[in-house]
Amino acid sequence: MVPLSWYLALSAALFTIGAVGVIVKRNAIAIFLCIELMLNGANLALVALSGFFGDVGGQLFVFIVMTVAAAEAAVGLAIIISIFRTRESLNVDDADTMKL
Amino acid sequence: MERVLFIIFAAAAVGSALNLIAQRNPMYSALSLIGTLASLSALYVTLHAQFVAAMQIIVYAGAIMVLFVFVIMLLNLQEDQPRIEKQQWLRYLAVPFAAALMAEALYVFRNVKDIRLPAGSDSDRAVGATWSIGTSLFTDYLLPFEVTSVLILMAIVGAIVLARREDG
Repeated sequence: MVPLSWYLALSAALFTIGAVGVIVKRNAIAIFLCIELMLNGANLALVALSGFFGDVGGQLFVFIVMTVAAAEAAVGLAIIISIFRTRESLNVDDADTMKL
Repeated sequence: MERVLFIIFAAAAVGSALNLIAQRNPMYSALSLIGTLASLSALYVTLHAQFVAAMQIIVYAGAIMVLFVFVIMLLNLQEDQPRIEKQQWLRYLAVPFAAALMAEALYVFRNVKDIRLPAGSDSDRAVGATWSIGTSLFTDYLLPFEVTSVLILMAIVGAIVLARREDG
């Protein structure tokens, strides 16, 4: 029997790796992939708690999170394509017009 | 047996996630993320969440990652290169901050008591079965489900408006 804390520790590890990737990566698409990784870390915690407490609400929330991730990917990749058109680069350091 | 499965798939998930960060080519990062998603799907099955496991493969690995791979190939990206060299030392600050974030998350989870997964075979288990998720989704959680459709409509319109050419 796998303890609940193992699942939660794995979820925390995946979330942390995703957060590090968002900070370290400079490519806009790679940052997006790391955000997806963070969402998946949160999903794992939700599914684990839902399974252990016998409440279906957590899995429905994962369903909603997947929908939000799909919407976010569609809009985000559209923004990335439009940035690439104007700047010919996906490096987030190049998109610094609004930086003081 | 279940512990062995957990360790195998958790190691695969964490390894793929670390490879996602280590790779400079976004294409390899996307493929590593697919590996993480597949391992998580296997872990969902060990949690008796078969519906979510199937959705993970079909929606995440099937649809969302195809969108990512499509855009990566469309833009024909080169290697990810750090341009601002003077802030290089800031990258090494990521390690202690990551350790702090991990410690925070584990501190929050520390209070969770280790309860047992409810016994019983998959056939007589309600939570995780497709019918129980469908029943809850269309009764108790009908409003969030309907709001989701509005969200997707907004995402479709937003993606078309943003990715359209200005002179088009």
